[in-house]
This record gives sequence, structure tokens and C-alpha cells, in this order.
Amino acid sequence: MAAQPLPLDPPRRRPAAADPAANLAPAVADAVKAAIAANRTRPGALMPVLHAVQDALGYVPSDAVPLIAHELNITRAEVHGVISFYHHFRSAPPGRHVVQICRAEACQSLGARALEAHAKQTLGIDFHETTADGAITLEAVYCLGNCGCGPSVLIGADELHARVTPERFDALMQRAREATS
Amino acid sequence: MSDALKIFVSRDATALALGADATANEIAGEARRRGIAVDLVRTGSRGMFWLEPLVEVATPAGRVAYGPVSSSDVAALFDAGFTAAAPHALKLGLTEEIPYFKKQERLTFARVGLADPLSVADYIAHGGYRGLQRALSMAGADIVKEVTDSGLRGRGGAAFPTGIKWKTVMDAAGDASIASGAESAQKYIVCNADEGDSGTFSDRMLMEGDPLSLVEGMTIAGIAVGATQGYIYLRSEYPHAHRALEAAIANAYAAGWLGADVHASGKRFDLEVRLGAGAYICGEETSLLDSLEGKRGQVRFKPPLPAIKGLFGRPTVINNVISLASVPIILDKGAAYYRDFGVGRSRGSLPIQLAGNLKHPGLVEKAFGVSLRELLYDYGGGSYSGRPIRAVQVGGPLGAYLPESQFDTVVDYEAFAAVGAMLGHGGIVAFDDSVDMLEQARYAMEFCAVESCGKCTPCRIGSTRGVEVIDRIRDDVEREKNLAVLNDLCNTMRFGSLCALGGLTPDPVVSALKHFSEDFAARA
Repeated sequence: MAAQPLPLDPPRRRPAAADPAANLAPAVADAVKAAIAANRTRPGALMPVLHAVQDALGYVPSDAVPLIAHELNITRAEVHGVISFYHHFRSAPPGRHVVQICRAEACQSLGARALEAHAKQTLGIDFHETTADGAITLEAVYCLGNCGCGPSVLIGADELHARVTPERFDALMQRAREATS
Repeated sequence: MSDALKIFVSRDATALALGADATANEIAGEARRRGIAVDLVRTGSRGMFWLEPLVEVATPAGRVAYGPVSSSDVAALFDAGFTAAAPHALKLGLTEEIPYFKKQERLTFARVGLADPLSVADYIAHGGYRGLQRALSMAGADIVKEVTDSGLRGRGGAAFPTGIKWKTVMDAAGDASIASGAESAQKYIVCNADEGDSGTFSDRMLMEGDPLSLVEGMTIAGIAVGATQGYIYLRSEYPHAHRALEAAIANAYAAGWLGADVHASGKRFDLEVRLGAGAYICGEETSLLDSLEGKRGQVRFKPPLPAIKGLFGRPTVINNVISLASVPIILDKGAAYYRDFGVGRSRGSLPIQLAGNLKHPGLVEKAFGVSLRELLYDYGGGSYSGRPIRAVQVGGPLGAYLPESQFDTVVDYEAFAAVGAMLGHGGIVAFDDSVDMLEQARYAMEFCAVESCGKCTPCRIGSTRGVEVIDRIRDDVEREKNLAVLNDLCNTMRFGSLCALGGLTPDPVVSALKHFSEDFAARA
């Protein structure tokens, strides 16, 4: 059987010096540029840049990847690879409150498995999801260093709670929702 | 303010999680309302978590403790006259006479809970920077010898002799191509503060409660091996430790203890904090170095060792927080002082963390040689739930589960290895008899699957297959065959993985199978 000639792709053209920030809203582009400017001279700058972007915006927009890659003179694949490797970085905006429940052994020994099931059921979401009202994003975390007094829950950047029972969890969620409504 | 009454409340993350801020605010407010001059000092935690929020009042006889003090107790405490150390139901007596605290040997944690952790003046007033001052008068090789002679072994878990690591870096020439003339090649001091093991929090407590001891230890390491740049790689799950470290480092710079001319010695040491991003594997030293370089935290092949080719390809000392924070006291009091604590080849002390289902959780720094049973019952007070303790996991998620018959094992690296377990970073997690050990074994595999860096197959694939096989055992599908497969799989992971994550994940699984086989039997 004679081999069919392979259909050739149309010739690819590299966009001529496209603006790597073209797909970003001006405010987002400014935040990303500020994060880069503040960290670009540090050795191993990518992690500090990504932290600064996420601290400013709550997430690292996928459309920011070309700009970060361009400015740090690395490939988009490298930037994407780092963002996707680390659990902490997110590519979509979270809800108003990020709630992290510790899943690790010390918290398990004090009832974290039941708390996790309760949280998913009452919020109606799984880990890495956001409630329909946009109030709460639920995340799993593997140890918050509060292993003597679990189950542990972290709300937002640094609000740590100890000995969180299902009832206490409900109260915390209600308070979080009220805080922004 | 000097004659104002000093009251101490912890700012440790666990104390905060138990309401320490509300208690402190209430004390300040109540004192104002009553016209009592109070100097409220926020400290690290004394490590007795069941008594947090702990409130201490300075008296001529020493600090008198009250706890646990919730904000709603504060007014009653003032009414009872606690500012004059008067009796009250929550009064505990002198803090340092509380048996849990009194029976400890606090070397590395000597200052934690005593003073404002961020103040360089307080640090020096409590014996800080004496070790560095002595080190500055010594040759690098003599500093390294002092650390070697102390018997200090890596407290992160691997227990490698710290002094030998330092000597390798000191002797490393670095990359000759970048060394120009008399200027030697760049070397680095990296602190592994990616304390991801469940049941461990001593690094966190130290960084929040005495961050300057870590700063001092790293500076001594830099002076010893000729490194001028240090990095603390801190996990992002520790926001309170992050703030404490940033403030302590800024204060150390301002006071001339960091920078181009450390304490007017003509020697340079710069230090900064870098944040991880929620990857357990970055506690593995070569993954950590890749992460610091701005890459995915994937494990490197060894050799070359980081001591020869570490961060950015240069000779690098990489040590755990507790290892580095133990260096100042070794330099201050001498190798013999530290070495005289401990047993066998485990010298000095270990800050042990009592976690999980225990009535009296907290930090117990003891010389090596204390038994697990003593820790669980004499210190830990038995289970929090009041049920019998059935299993104990020591050394984090990669540590073996120990049954009651092994509770007489003593805290000593070799004694733990002898029973097929691992002391690791000294975290002890207790489980009561409601624990399902098959579920714990399954979780060990699941955790490995979530956190595998993906570089080697036994870890990346084996962990997922492990979860599936355990599910089949639970569901009673060809039980005997699947138990054999699980054992096989554990062998493959143990001997075929690139690093300790895949290599040690079988430990909790196999120990659960061995000591708690009834949980893997057919269920009614």
C-alpha cells in the first residue's frame, strides 16, 4: 500500500513581537508588572514573583503566564510547570474566603475525617471548589503545624482555628459569610 | 514603663488559634479601665497547649501562670487580684514549677516563651549572640570542629552529623571558574523550614518564639564555612512564622548582626526568607534547592551532594531549623556541654512534639533516652478522648505506626531504627482505639500520590496503585492475593524510589499490616 503523503500544516507564523500583556486587563497587567519589578533581580525570582501576583490578585491568571515568561526570560512552559506543580498557586479566582481544612494524621486522630465530610456536605462542594454564592472556596491542606489541638482550619491568610468541631465549623462559615454580605 | 506590671501572653499560632489575641486584648482593656499600668509582652509559647491561652504575671519569685484563660475569664481574674498573683481557679503557680515544664531539658528552646521574640535587646539579655561572638574569634575549622564534637545530628529527620556536612562545604573549593583571584566562590547556607510532617511543630514554635536563635545559628554556619548568603525556605502554611522571621531579620540587620560587617567583624552574612508553595516534597533537600532556584520542586539525583553542588550549583549547607538553632548554645557553652546530654550516638536534646489525641499536647524538649510511654502518659496525660491509646505514629506521615507493645522504645535514633521505626523530626501522633488502621495505611498511599514530585515511577505510580490495592482489600476482593501484591508493591517503592517520600511511604503501611493485621481482615 502506497503511503499517502502527510497533509502539511499551514505554515506557522510567529506573531511579530506581540505584546505579552495583550490579553490582560490593565489593572491586572499593572499588578503583574509590579510583582515582576519588585522581584526580578532576586536569584530564583519565579517563586517570589508568583507569590506576589497571587497575593495581589488572589490567583495567577493564565493570561499572565506569557508576560511573566517574557520578563524573566524563561519559557511559558517553565512558568506553567511551576504554577501547576505547587498546590498553593491557583489559576482561577477563589471565593471571598479560602477555607483550608487540615487532612493530616494528627488532625485525623481528633476527628478531621468527620469534619471534612461535614464541610463538604454542608457547603455542597468538594475540595478545590467554590460555593455557588461565591463566598467560600474549600481546600485541603496537609498540616498547619497546629497538631496538638486539631482539627485545624485556616481561614484566609492567617486566621487559624483549633479544635474545630462540625458545630464550630458551621458557626465559622456563617460568620465568614456575614462578614462580606 | 519600667515599673509597670509585666504580663506575658503567647503569640504562638496554636495559642492564637485557641484565642490568645482576644485574651490579650481583654487584659489590656481591663487594665486601662481599672487604671492599672500593665506592660503586656507577647511571647512564644511555653509549649503547654492545653493551658493556652496561658497568662503569666511577673513576680519577684518568678512568673506565675494562669490558664487556660479565655477572654471571658479576664474580668474575674482582675477581680481576684491576679496582678498580685492572687489565688484563682485558673492559677497554676510558678510556670517553671509546672511538672510538665520543670522535668524538661530546654537547650534549644531555652528562650522560647521568655521574652519578646523579635527584640534583639531581649535576645541578648537572655544569652543570645554569645555563641556568635565566640565564633567570630575562632577559625572556621575550629567552629566546625566544635559542632562535630557536640555530636549534633540533623534534626530534620535524617540524623546526619551536622559537623561533617559543614566540613564538606568548608573544604569545597566551589566552582573555580567563578572564583577570581583571592575572592572565593559563592557558598550558601540554606535552612530547611519546610516542616510538612504531620505531628511536628517545633520548627514553627521556634521560628515564632525565638527566631533570632535561627538567625544566629545560620550566621555562625556562614562564618564557619565561608558562606555569605543564607536563605530560609519556609513553607507557605506558616504565615505567623513568616512574619516573625521577617521582623527578626530586619531587626538583626538594624542592630548590625547581619549584613556586610557582622558585629564589626569585617565578615559578611546576608539572610532572606523564601516561601514555599504547598509542596510536601520540598522538605526533601534537593527538591527544596530546585524550588529555591525557581523551578518545580523535583528531587535531584545524588551524588553530587548539596555540600558539593547545591544551590545554583555551589557548595551549600542545608540544615533543618532545629539543627541550626541548636548551634548558638553549642558555641556558647561548648561541645562537651551539649554532648553530655543524651544516650549512645544520639547526643544532646530533642524537642519532641506531642500531638494528636493526647490530653496534654505540646512541646517537650528532653535529652535523648526518654521512653515513648513516659511521653505519652507522664507528659501527654493519656488520650484526649479518654479512650485507650491504640497506635502511635512517630516521625511524620512516612513514620511507622507503633503498637502498645513498642511503647517502651526510647527516644534515640538507633533504638527506633531497631524496631523498624523512625524518630524523624520528633513528632508523636497518638490515636485512640477508634482508629481504623486500614484507613491509615490507605491515607499513607494517598498522601504519597498527592505529594509525589513525579520524577520516579515507584513513587508516582506505586502510590496510586497502593490506594487501589488497599481499596480492594477493604472491599474483600481476592484478599490474600491483594495482600501479597501490597507487600510486593511496598518492596518496590522502598527499594526503587529516588528519595524518602516513595522509599518510606511503605513504613506506615507495612507497620499497620504487621501490628494491626485484624484491621485488614474480612469485616462482618
